[in-house]
Amino acid sequence: MSDTLDATQARDMLVAVSNYMIDRTDTLTDADLAIGDGDHGIGMRRGFEAALEALNGEAPETVDAPFKATGMAIMSNTGGAAGAVFGTLFRAGSKGIPGDVIDGAGFAAFLEEGLAAVLKRGGVTEGQKTMVDALAPAARAARAASADGLQATTAAAVDGALQGVEASKAMVATTGKARSLGERSVGHPDPGAISISLILTAMRDYAQTN
Amino acid sequence: MANPKKILNDPKKVVAEMLEGLVFANDGRLRKLDKHAAIVRTDLPESKVALLIGGGSGHEPIFHGFVGKNMGDGAACGQVFAAPSPDIIVEAAKAVHRGKGVLFLYGNYAGDNMNFDMASEILTEDEGIEVRTVRVTDDVAAAPPERMHDRRGVAGDLYAIKIAGGAATECDTLDEVERIARKAVANLRSIGIAVAAGSIPETGKLTFELADDEIEIGMGAHGEAGVSRQKIAPADTVADQIMEKLLSDLPFKRGDEVALLINNLGATTMMEMLIVNRRIRQILDREGIKVHRTDVGTWLTVQEMAGFSVTLLRLDDELKHYLDLPAESLGYSRM
Repeated sequence: MSDTLDATQARDMLVAVSNYMIDRTDTLTDADLAIGDGDHGIGMRRGFEAALEALNGEAPETVDAPFKATGMAIMSNTGGAAGAVFGTLFRAGSKGIPGDVIDGAGFAAFLEEGLAAVLKRGGVTEGQKTMVDALAPAARAARAASADGLQATTAAAVDGALQGVEASKAMVATTGKARSLGERSVGHPDPGAISISLILTAMRDYAQTN
Repeated sequence: MANPKKILNDPKKVVAEMLEGLVFANDGRLRKLDKHAAIVRTDLPESKVALLIGGGSGHEPIFHGFVGKNMGDGAACGQVFAAPSPDIIVEAAKAVHRGKGVLFLYGNYAGDNMNFDMASEILTEDEGIEVRTVRVTDDVAAAPPERMHDRRGVAGDLYAIKIAGGAATECDTLDEVERIARKAVANLRSIGIAVAAGSIPETGKLTFELADDEIEIGMGAHGEAGVSRQKIAPADTVADQIMEKLLSDLPFKRGDEVALLINNLGATTMMEMLIVNRRIRQILDREGIKVHRTDVGTWLTVQEMAGFSVTLLRLDDELKHYLDLPAESLGYSRM
């Protein structure tokens, strides 16, 4: 069995990610209530429910197609800052995987392309207590492990993201709605960073069992 | 604490059902776009500069309640407390465009900025429609004056929309409407106080925690922390605190002429706001600041949040002219 995913498997992986995220709506709501206005969970649910619908069509021909469809669905249905950045992650990230299969290097390229576009759109840098604080270390860890195959790459990405979630607790929010919370945001992880770690966890689990 | 009671159907459908009701409440003057959460005037003239407003829902009557004559030409409506997505904004902009470009006017929040910017890029590149953007940044509690671009848009949105809406009726070019809208925003200052939290319809959960005997000066419309959390105090004491912060910010000076807006954040009584208004007028009289007009009412809410905000707009003859044009919309009408 080769350590890659074809287009249909990429689609099935994103279906798994969508279901995984929808199941965690309450977790994300509670995380956001601690630091924001508590709408992150339902926003993610709206986006991934729409993604499920978009992915539920004909089998895709290329691996980037289901990623692009997921991004469009999130961007159009989540709304808010989350819709813009998570939609951008999948849409722009799909440009990193133009071929017929996703391997370790392709997965790292997906995260890198997505990260670059999110940074540009959001006008943020690392350390501002946003989803970027999980996405950036995930992309670096994925690149470092990318020669070891897709399973190892996704596992490394999860580890990188979780370290980022942990590190985000100590950060002071300087952007988004949590910004005005300032010092009061310290001690809580960023809900967007948590979402990144959950998305990558679902991807890793799919890669390891398929 | 028990979740607040709300009379709703499916909590996931609140925005769609609300907009259907809004169209009926306007007796034919507005329509909703078929496939998008956007409201557009039905009586738009053939040729005009278009004003598109918008933002997250849940703050009624803003924004969709401010679509009408000399107000917004259309509104792009997001889900509760979440910015509208780019496709809603794009379709709303195409629906209001009358050949002279579109001004986007909305509150300065990360989500709104990103989604409206994406829509602006799509309209410019794919549709050939000229778009300009003005963001309202009136909340003095959100950031110091040197970081104006970090300030949120709150109830001052109403005056910005009113003035830009008047300018979009009378002025011939997008340049001119943009200039006047920017001038209005530059002269707007607001600050809010929170007494109790509101809740999100879909989760039923309160947006922040505040003890029964506490208030917060400067809290944002979504529960963003303000300048100080303190024990509840008499109206005059609170008004004194608010006005000190507000007047020193522009700063407003003796001889200035202003419009004064006191906004109910949801559940505060008119009685409380009028008592606060009494004190504010005593302070403005003492400072030698003349009030050209006063608006006391409910314009930017956060569901059943209790509290209010105070907005001052420094006027010159031009701003006064556009502010004084008659307005006709469900949320704000004034002859």
